[in-house]
Amino acid sequence: MTTVTAEHPGAVLRPHAEQEHRCELAALAAADDRPRPPGWRLSPWAVTTYLLGGTAADGTLITPKYVGSRRLVEVAVATLATDRALLLLGVPGTAKTWLSEHLAAAVSGDSTLMVQGTAGTAEEAVRYGWNYARLIAEGPSRDALVPSPVMRAMAGGQIARVEELTRMPSDVQDALITILSEKTLPVPELGTELQAVRGFNVIATANDRDRGVNDLSSALRRRFNTVVLPVAASAEQEVDIVTRRVAQLGRSIGLPDTPPGAEEIMRVVTVFRELRQGVTGDGRAKVKSPSGTLSTAEAISVVTSGLALAAHFGDGVLRPADVAGGITGAVVQDPVSDRVVWQEYLETVVRERDEWSDFYRACRDVAG
Amino acid sequence: MNRGSAGPGRTTRPVRHKDLPAALYGIRHHGPGSARSVRAALAAQRPDVVLIEGPPEADELTPLAADPQMRPPVALLGCVPGEPEKAAFWPFAVFSPEWQAIRYALDADVPVRFCDLPAAHQLALGGRKEQRPGADPVSELAAAAGYDDPERWWEDVVEHVPGTAVFDALAEAISILRAAPGAGADAGEEAGSRDAVREAHMRKVLRRTVRDGFERIAVVCGAWHVPALRDLPPAAADDRLLRGLPKVKATLTWVPWTYGRLSCASGYGAGIRSPGWYDHLFSCAGQPVERWLARAAAVLRDEGIPASSAHVIESVRLAGALAALRGRPLAGLEEVTEAARSVLCEGSDLLTALIQRQLVVGERLGAVPPATPMVPLQRDLQDQQRRLKLRPEAEPRDYDLDLRKPNDLARSHLLHRLIMLGVPWGAPRRSQTRNIGTFRETWQLTWRPELDLALIEASMWGSTVTAAAVARARSAASGAAGLGQLTALTERCLLADLGEALPEVLAAVRDRAALEGDVTHLMAALPALVRAARYGDVRGTDPARLGEVAAEMITRICAGLPVALTSLDETAEQAMRERIDAVHSATGLLAHGASRGRWLDTLGRLAPRCPPLIAGRLTRLLLDAGRITADDAGIRMSLALSAAAPAHAAAGWAEGFLAGSGLLLVHDGALLALADGWLAGLSADAFTAVLPALRRTFGGFTPPERRAIGQQAARLDGTGRRPAATAPAGDDLDADRAALAVRAVASILGWPAAVAS
Repeated sequence: MTTVTAEHPGAVLRPHAEQEHRCELAALAAADDRPRPPGWRLSPWAVTTYLLGGTAADGTLITPKYVGSRRLVEVAVATLATDRALLLLGVPGTAKTWLSEHLAAAVSGDSTLMVQGTAGTAEEAVRYGWNYARLIAEGPSRDALVPSPVMRAMAGGQIARVEELTRMPSDVQDALITILSEKTLPVPELGTELQAVRGFNVIATANDRDRGVNDLSSALRRRFNTVVLPVAASAEQEVDIVTRRVAQLGRSIGLPDTPPGAEEIMRVVTVFRELRQGVTGDGRAKVKSPSGTLSTAEAISVVTSGLALAAHFGDGVLRPADVAGGITGAVVQDPVSDRVVWQEYLETVVRERDEWSDFYRACRDVAG
Repeated sequence: MNRGSAGPGRTTRPVRHKDLPAALYGIRHHGPGSARSVRAALAAQRPDVVLIEGPPEADELTPLAADPQMRPPVALLGCVPGEPEKAAFWPFAVFSPEWQAIRYALDADVPVRFCDLPAAHQLALGGRKEQRPGADPVSELAAAAGYDDPERWWEDVVEHVPGTAVFDALAEAISILRAAPGAGADAGEEAGSRDAVREAHMRKVLRRTVRDGFERIAVVCGAWHVPALRDLPPAAADDRLLRGLPKVKATLTWVPWTYGRLSCASGYGAGIRSPGWYDHLFSCAGQPVERWLARAAAVLRDEGIPASSAHVIESVRLAGALAALRGRPLAGLEEVTEAARSVLCEGSDLLTALIQRQLVVGERLGAVPPATPMVPLQRDLQDQQRRLKLRPEAEPRDYDLDLRKPNDLARSHLLHRLIMLGVPWGAPRRSQTRNIGTFRETWQLTWRPELDLALIEASMWGSTVTAAAVARARSAASGAAGLGQLTALTERCLLADLGEALPEVLAAVRDRAALEGDVTHLMAALPALVRAARYGDVRGTDPARLGEVAAEMITRICAGLPVALTSLDETAEQAMRERIDAVHSATGLLAHGASRGRWLDTLGRLAPRCPPLIAGRLTRLLLDAGRITADDAGIRMSLALSAAAPAHAAAGWAEGFLAGSGLLLVHDGALLALADGWLAGLSADAFTAVLPALRRTFGGFTPPERRAIGQQAARLDGTGRRPAATAPAGDDLDADRAALAVRAVASILGWPAAVAS
């Protein structure tokens, strides 16, 4: 398969991890004298350093790719080193895909062997397909077979990535079972099989709290080691993420230049965090959590739509009334139980905060 | 690894002074590694006396450690009779080096002496031990080496030093640590500091032991103290330090302990977080990681979670790989926990917490033999029994207590506190205690032998009945399963006058109420809480916060009630009606205007759109509360009982509306006429269908009420209209005679005379 590359590398909209950090990977590999598992470009220690940042032996600065718990990264790397498949779980916006891409880039120098899980993903994407013109012209042969990214990873001893594993239909998910337990891919049409080369492994990401997912069968789940990635650790970190993403999105959808009211963003993030964690920010009182995810991604969309409302229909400043509707919709996913949760939260928490009285009124207006 | 297998040919090189016939074993309190090393070193050294860091008053208690009925974890409890706040615990687990040293000495039949500062001084000096940087010197050294778990560092570094030269190496490291500026050295040398005094006493005991002619002395003490015992300077300086120390009369005894409470040890600074893991490390015979993960899988299987051997194999591999990645010789608690989380628990926090609770902490209760000296709790109870004139007797005996008398009130408090401690000496008769508004209580007292044992077990909670009951209530609050249990606990705290425990219990009530998803649980829990809030002052307690928590619960009930009233079947409707009644009277009792108003507002909103039985009930409650007028109620009743309404729905409404008291029908002719008209208009079949509901409703009225209703109804014609000529009420009223009665009633109620007139 040939890759359509841009004439000028700089013109690529989004370079792959192994392209962007080519120098760091090379520096780490040059100085890496620790034992490497078969098929690995770097030793597990060097992979950990690549992900968490540090300095290579020749002084090259390694930027941190994942900001978070060192233990999680160590468990992930150790899992891959023991030849077990790795399942990264977490709500949207917890850097699952990001981590899987960089792990693949560091371990096998190639993060492109990727299958995107959707409701329409077919078994061919996990196993193999056929070049039908050739199949008809020449009959079944190895040349008529179109390998999937997983099959190519098996042949090359590399890491295959499966994104959003739980979005795939269950029968397609289960095609991975043989690959993970036997490390072979039978091709019955040719009466042959492909045995994985050492170094092959699978990193899957999945979202455990979203709706409309196909839960993994326990047979498949058993074949993965699970690492749960947590949400942003602090409110400041999350406000920062929301502010930056909102600004980017605002530019790309061509919103009039609206100042993203820092106070309102702080408020939205606070409400989301308190409901998600089930405890008020000051740690004094517990609150019930609604059924929805309340991810950072949803907070971003609440603020963005609020900005659109403010820009097109309001006075151009993000006001409580602009976010009240969006926030109610994000919290009340289940019309019965979530409404109780939201009411209780409004009455026992929001109402008590003096400086939040305008927000309380706006939410009460929406709730009716 | 050859832990614990010190063969006879192994040489011991403990820290030795040139003319001091003593080997110093610096240990880490509650360290399984230390325990094994000490055990091996003692077996090799064969000392003729063993000195252990601990209060010397406990010397005569040590033989009890060999009693077969003594099962660690246990603790030495030191306390001052009559001063419950002055108490200290020295806990021992099976993996405590001190415990192993005691057991070695008892098995080898050599004397054991405790050499720390006597408890009499320690308790007099008061408070907890001062926090010095070297509170756990092994942790310090481990942190310096980049470890966060000291036991890991001990295992990785100390245990792998060949032979028992461990103690030498450790003493060297501690010397450097002590000499470091600001690292406790200054504090240690400073005259009068707790450590300096304690070490002076240790040296004093050591000198005396040498003088007594022992030739092979073993000293087992915290590693921090070893450098201070290496040289014996002239006794004069130590004597000066020890002179004039404050002193109290302290008594010591053994009490049972738990692993959960090892972490809050007050005797040693070294609280530990994972007693279960340490126990496992100490007692398992090799392959600790494999055995541990197999046990974790067994815990999960007991809960019905599939955890196969394949899971265990993969977790062991992951733990091994993690240890290698982190450059450690063997997987430790961190690695096995992460491996278990990732493989066995499939990333679930809930299951990880289960393993944490059942294995890592591993709740276990110790036991002490019956020969143990009386615990202070028993003594405190005896004092109180004498003071309150309540004798423990095997024969059941009834006591009728009048809570307005101080002595009877104190008796009631004592009995309730004992129940809280699991020592049910008295049994409340005829469940009168539910009604805490009353001034009377009847108890039946029987002292059974097993209560003595229960008392010893309870002594881990404190050294007086009051202090122990407070601690027990706090712990019950954190472990309570449901909101109902918690509010009942609140009530019990008031009955037992445990005001000190209330803040914790109430905080737990608040937290549970916030998370409670089922509004019916909240409704069931509220009345006990409100009773406690309302009647607390009858019993002389101050339930200031109770009212706030109850009001908050009412807010939550108001938010959740609308949903709770949908899709109810007949039984559920009845149950809900009773709950609404209970909450309604609770809101009245609480006398908190805002939440009463909020509750009535909610009822008013809900009344038109809920099932008939409840709608009728709500209408009645609103009428009684004055929220709607009698005319409104008439309109609603006429609507509910109109011919188009299904007969059973109308009967349900009538039942809800009338249940409890028929006086309404006696006094409001319009409502009675409506009910009469509805009944008369029913077809024969429909009448039979609603008869059970009618019987339920009218059967609940008192006979005089029924008679009065009957007399009134006899004058009706069944058209639903009021009889034309009823005698206007109040015609034959004698105002003067009535005023006398009104005044008498007013003075009973305590109203000012002006209101009465």
